[in-house]
Amino acid sequence: MLKARDRNYAQFRQCSPEMNTVSLALGEAVAMVARADPTLVEIVVLSLRVSLTAVVLATLVALPIGAALAVASFPGRQALIVVLNALLGLPAVVVGLAVYLLLSRAGPLGALGILFTPGAMVVAQAVLVFPLIAALARQSVADAWHEYREQLHSLGAGPIASAIALLHDLRFSLVTIVLAAFGRAIAEVGAVMIVGGNIDGVTRVMTTAIALETSKGDLPLALGLGLVLLAIVLLLNIGAHVLKERAQRRHG
Amino acid sequence: MANGSSLLPLTLERVSFTARGHAILREVNLTIRAGTRTVILGPNGAGKSVLMRLCHGLLSPTSGRVRWATLERPRAPRRQAMVFQRPVLLRRSVLGNLTFALSVAGVRRADRAPRARDALERVGLQALAHRPARVLSGGEQQRLALARAWMLQPEVLFLDEPTANLDPGATREIESIIQSIHDSGTKVVMITHNLGQAQRLADEIVLVDRGRIAERASVDRFFRQPATAEADTFLKGELPWR
Repeated sequence: MLKARDRNYAQFRQCSPEMNTVSLALGEAVAMVARADPTLVEIVVLSLRVSLTAVVLATLVALPIGAALAVASFPGRQALIVVLNALLGLPAVVVGLAVYLLLSRAGPLGALGILFTPGAMVVAQAVLVFPLIAALARQSVADAWHEYREQLHSLGAGPIASAIALLHDLRFSLVTIVLAAFGRAIAEVGAVMIVGGNIDGVTRVMTTAIALETSKGDLPLALGLGLVLLAIVLLLNIGAHVLKERAQRRHG
Repeated sequence: MANGSSLLPLTLERVSFTARGHAILREVNLTIRAGTRTVILGPNGAGKSVLMRLCHGLLSPTSGRVRWATLERPRAPRRQAMVFQRPVLLRRSVLGNLTFALSVAGVRRADRAPRARDALERVGLQALAHRPARVLSGGEQQRLALARAWMLQPEVLFLDEPTANLDPGATREIESIIQSIHDSGTKVVMITHNLGQAQRLADEIVLVDRGRIAERASVDRFFRQPATAEADTFLKGELPWR
């Protein structure tokens, strides 16, 4: 009896200060989000700007390439598909390192001078999500192509018209793919840390700020950003799900 | 019909088709002429669908030649169309499916919607113009596929078992549309498994059996006194009470 109480007390003494810190920090974090704290807002806005730009750019390149890989036949196509699928598992830090080398003063694109700017972060995230969008788009288009190929051929649609028609037909699945890519981009930390440098007010985004503030011990800001990030990712997934369900019901 | 010289007759010269070492068609010679309605009959796996796809250009023969009287120019709109057993419709509205086909055929944007509406009216789907195409019933989907093919005013229309998955009511509607397409001057070439349908819609029968043309005859002759043993066996198998 006594022993058990002692143990409980010891545990209470051990946990209590941290529990307190966490709940205090959580309260402060919620308050920061609620009053739209300027530091927090600035970081969130930069994150959204960087990731949205990166995903839009990657999508513009990845969709045509994915569709072409599904519809056209040319030598080396199978090899390209294998490489693309392999790139799906690309570690973010490796992408960061590669883009860093590319953009550093001595690198081939060093003349651009965009290392440690949001521009570099856009490049890194775009490179990171490109294989995701291209590979998944290729898979969807290839499945649809299997079904539509003879009909499109019969109507006299060439490869380009066919690819555009298929992308249009798959628009709802493609939106889901793009939202998934956005989720990956905005939640990624390694690549933007390396090429952005996490400079306060310039290249500090949600994930890099969380990493930094946590190690500094400024839990409210870290937690507040964590809450926002969580909310964004959750909303994206809900949005993707609802869109897909509605499209399925409407179009069959 | 359009621009001068006719596509027909279509001539197949010693056409063979082999897939994965398996001979599906063997040295087929066949001429398809304008005017008559041609129905292709034959047991499952005889090579009917492959024959039709070779004619339409969806497949290329392993050997031999498929020759139209006039060459279709590569980038020009196609002068032949095909309707498949399972209609393939895009995830767009009924009208959108038609305007898409018209845009592929190079029809001016302003002319697309009126032509599409006209086509819908001819198959009795005008009330469904704005419905998503893929949630229509099977019969409505097939009528839309026929409208899409007909609207392009093809000189030749290939139909691969267009009523295979449909109930009798929908089948009757499809048959009457096919008859109207024939009446409008389009050459109809159709595969069917429904001998009643063959008798209703055919002028001539082409019987395909094990990769060869076994018999070709007018519809009356074919059903009253088949000339070959293959035709006799086929009819006995399909109509055992005969």
